This record gives sequence, structure tokens and C-alpha cells, in this order.
Amino acid sequence: MTQLYDCRDAFETKLRELASADPRIVAVVNDSVGSSKLNQFGQQFPNRLINVGIAEQNMVGVGAGLANGGLIPFVSAAAPFLTGRALEQIKADLAYSNTNVKLCGQSPGMGYGELGPTHHSIEDLAWLRAIANMTVIVPADPVETAQAIEVAARTSGPMFIRVSRLPVPIVHDDGYQFEIGKAARLREGGDVTLIATGVLVTRALEAAEMLAAKGVQARVLNMSTIRPLDTAAVLAAVAETGGIVTVEEHTIYGGLGSAVAEVVVTHQPAPMRILGVPGVFAPTGSAEWLLEHFGLTAQGIYDAALELVAHVPLAEA
Amino acid sequence: MLAAPRSDTVTEEHLREMARTVRRRDLQVVHGAKMGHVGGEMSAIDILVTLYFAVLRVDPSRPDDPDRDRFILSKGHSAVALYTTLAQRGFIPLEQLDSFAQPLSKLNGHPDRTKVPGVETNTGPLGHGMPVAVGAAIAAKLQDRSWRVFVLTGDGELQEGSNWEAAMAAAHYQLDNLTVIVDRNRLQQGAGTEHTLRLEPLADKWRAFGWSVEEVDGHNIGQLLDVFSRVPFETGKPNCIIAHTHKGQGVSFMQDQAAWHHKVPNAAELATALQELAEAPA
Repeated sequence: MTQLYDCRDAFETKLRELASADPRIVAVVNDSVGSSKLNQFGQQFPNRLINVGIAEQNMVGVGAGLANGGLIPFVSAAAPFLTGRALEQIKADLAYSNTNVKLCGQSPGMGYGELGPTHHSIEDLAWLRAIANMTVIVPADPVETAQAIEVAARTSGPMFIRVSRLPVPIVHDDGYQFEIGKAARLREGGDVTLIATGVLVTRALEAAEMLAAKGVQARVLNMSTIRPLDTAAVLAAVAETGGIVTVEEHTIYGGLGSAVAEVVVTHQPAPMRILGVPGVFAPTGSAEWLLEHFGLTAQGIYDAALELVAHVPLAEA
Repeated sequence: MLAAPRSDTVTEEHLREMARTVRRRDLQVVHGAKMGHVGGEMSAIDILVTLYFAVLRVDPSRPDDPDRDRFILSKGHSAVALYTTLAQRGFIPLEQLDSFAQPLSKLNGHPDRTKVPGVETNTGPLGHGMPVAVGAAIAAKLQDRSWRVFVLTGDGELQEGSNWEAAMAAAHYQLDNLTVIVDRNRLQQGAGTEHTLRLEPLADKWRAFGWSVEEVDGHNIGQLLDVFSRVPFETGKPNCIIAHTHKGQGVSFMQDQAAWHHKVPNAAELATALQELAEAPA
């Protein structure tokens, strides 16, 4: 059976590794030591784990101040509270002020399952993507999570990185190199493109397998940077495969699907299907159950792709 | 090594004269741009001038010096007072002040650190300065550096909860290198603070949050110099200076008038104000 991973472990391990080498790296939390899995970090660097208590506005502002003082803060908290509660601090103190702060949104999407919509973070990508000067990253697996953290540490400027708790298999091999603003083409195909982000990338790959069995060759892109978007990869997908299905653990309003659609309708209109949470608060259910409920499964992606392909005009020979 | 200006070159008289200059220039800039927040600028100018000309260890030629003292204007709408003070101190050219609020000017209605040397963080929305100041003060402690952090807040601004999140953190982390100055002019945009949302007993609130508190006349340069010279008031505690001030200080028809929060003086009002300021005893 395929081994599954909690990306928070890769986040924590990488952050400790980086902190060992660079004394400027500090972590800032809102009492979210356990939920960010930062206990070991705190044991190893007790002074460099700054717990500001349950106070997200202050947490993000403190991050900006630490950066002002020459440090590289990783501000880590449950994604819904980090983004929703401190949105104005993110806009003014980080993005507009152009400070070198890395926001790590833990357990995003519907990772908190039964805890309900208060604890779901399915608006974060829309909110943060709308803010100038923000970089928004959604890693697909532990390999990419670790690489994104490493790239964030050495790249100046404000960033938001989702760190998922939902168990996922590894989708990137050892040779993979995460790059900000660059989509990873994980499967070649000329009939349709599946653009997925985060923990749903693995499901897009499964859907592509199912489609292949039906004779439909799907290209699969891992769009791990939501802003700045890899527009070249999107336009190539349109030109070479005719249609796009986007898949995200996020509301369909304003996230990956919207970002891709903005590019498509502006430069090269083409049929699309946008899969995500359809503008509702989720009912009660586990994270896995909710993904099933909203069709964010290999089967759901497969169905949408087949339906789309039926409507895509044949590419000119 | 950065140092505060030598005290023998910074007399109370000199600072009072500088404050007069900054007030006059501020009013001219606001009049020219037809926008600004003169009420809260007049209330803050003695504090700003005392800080920049006698307290802060800063070097205008090296605004990014890692060991500089940090000053954060949390009440970012008093931007013209800050710009004018920064210009007089040599951070930006004096003639740049005339560009305030003009298209593409670096001097926006609220300060932008990416465009104005000496500005530490972009403020404007209220309640943002304190948390950033706390972070900068923690950064000094973590790196065993001697820089200090000063943040000037409005009083109405203290209605924002983020200040009190930061106040708790500052006491918890024993940030005696952090000083907040409250510009206690008792007026907010439309009415008195006590009428809008009561702040008193304000000093007791700060003390209850674990701060060491001093109260001064925020227009008395001698008292300001004295209180800043005694920071930190107590080892291990953050410092709060409640500076009792008047909105519109220095101009009779503006003083303590809520309407002058962001009213722009017309030509006649400007002339009268400049005259009053010129004639006021140093």
C-alpha cells in the first residue's frame, strides 16, 4: 500500500534544519505549537519559538517587526485564523510594507473536517491572491512542502504557504525542484489538462490513469504557486489540449480555478470546468468525507474531464 | 556607532524652535495639498521633534542601519507631521514636502516605508504599530542588540483590540526596550474619546497589562526630554508614556476642536495660524 504523509512533518523537519544553519530563522505561533507540530523546534530553539498566545493580529504584526529587526520569521497557525483574523495585518504590515515574513497556514482547506466551517480555510487563496505583492504557494506533498519552505527562507518578501494535514502520497520524485511561479507537468497528454493544487494533485493523477483507460490522454499540472500564476503553462495547456479542469480544496470563487480562468478568458478562451467547494459552508463530515461529498475525488475529476472532452472542439490537425 | 544628538547641542529652546518650524511647515503642506490631519499632527509634533532631534539613535544617511532605534508612527494619518520632521532631520529633502499627496508622490496620505527613508512600517489602518513594535523589540532581545523601539499611538486608536494583544505580549516578553507614547489629545474623528468609547482609567489599564507608566505634558519639551531620558523606567517592563496633548496645539482656533481632525485651513486661516505660531514665545 502506498505510504501516506502529513505535510506538517516535512514542514517541521525542514524548518528545524534551516534554523540550525541560520540563526535568523524564528517561528511565531498563536499557541499553535502542537497544531503546527513545532514541539521539537521549541525544544531545540526555545528562544526562537515565539508564542504570542491566542492573538493572530498581534502574531502577524510581530512577524513584521521581527523581519524589521533582521530576522526571518515563519508565522505558523491554523490557516483559517491566520488568514481570516489577521487579513489587514497581512495586507498592510506584510504585503504593502514588503516585509520578509513567511506565513504557514496549517491544516488548510477542509482538513479540520468535523470541526466545521469555522475551522475550514477554503477562502484563504482568494483572499491572499487578491493582495498585491503576495506570493501564494500550495504544496502537493511532503517533498514539495519541504522545498517550498526552503525556497521561502532564501527568497525575500512576504509569502503564504499552505501546510496540509490530510494524508497524501508522494507525487514528486527526488529530482523535483520546486520553483516559485512554475507549474510542474506531472503527466503528458494532449486531450485535456487537469490543473490541480495541493493535496488534490494526487487525485488528478489517479483521474488521469482512469481517463487513459478510456483512451483520453490527460495532461496533469501541479499548480503549486497560485500567485504569481504560471500563465505560460496555462496557455500551453489551452493551445495543446483544448480544455482545462481545475481542482482545488477551496471555494470555486476566487481560487485556482478563477486564477486560471482569468488567464484563459483574457488570452485564449477555451472550455473549462472548475472543481472545488461550490460556494457553500460544508455540512458536518470528516475531511475525507467532505472531499467525496463535493466530488473532489479521482472519480469526480474523471467525470468532469470526460464531460468536458465531449464539448471540446477537436484540435486542428 | 549610532548615538543620540549630544545634549549640549540640543537645548530645549532649540527643540521648541524646531517644533514651531515643523508646525508651520506642516500647515503649509496641508494647505497646499488640500488634505491632511492637522489636529492630530499639531498634537504630536512636540513628541516627534523631541524624539528625532534628541532621543532617537538614527543616522539620516544610513536609514537602514541595523542598529538604529526604531520609531513607528502608529497614527499614520499624522503623516505630514512625520514627513516634515523627517525632512528637517535630513531623511528626505525639504522641497519634497511640496509633493505631498500629488500624483505619483512618494509622500502618500499615509507613510510607505518602501518610498520614504526612515519609515519603518506602513501604517494607516489603526492598531498596527504596536504589534510591529513588539516584534522589533523582541528581535533586539533575541539578538542581544541595544536598539530601542518607540511607537506613537493615538488615543482613540487604543479602541483597537490589536493594541492590547500587543500590550500583553510586550509585558510577557519583558520588553523594557519598547516605549509606547500615547498622544492623549482626548479627541477622535468626530467627538471626545470618553464620549465615543471610554478609555479612562487609561494609565491603570496599561499598568494592569504589566507596563511601567509615566504621564507628562506632551507639549512641554523639558518634561518630554526628562521622561525619555529615564527609559527604561523599570527593568523588565515595557514603558508607556501618556502624553497629555491638545489637538490643534499652537493655533487658537484649531485647539481642542474635533472639527480640525482633518479640516484643511484656507488661505486666511493659514495666514492667521502662521502668524500665531510666529508670535508664540519660544
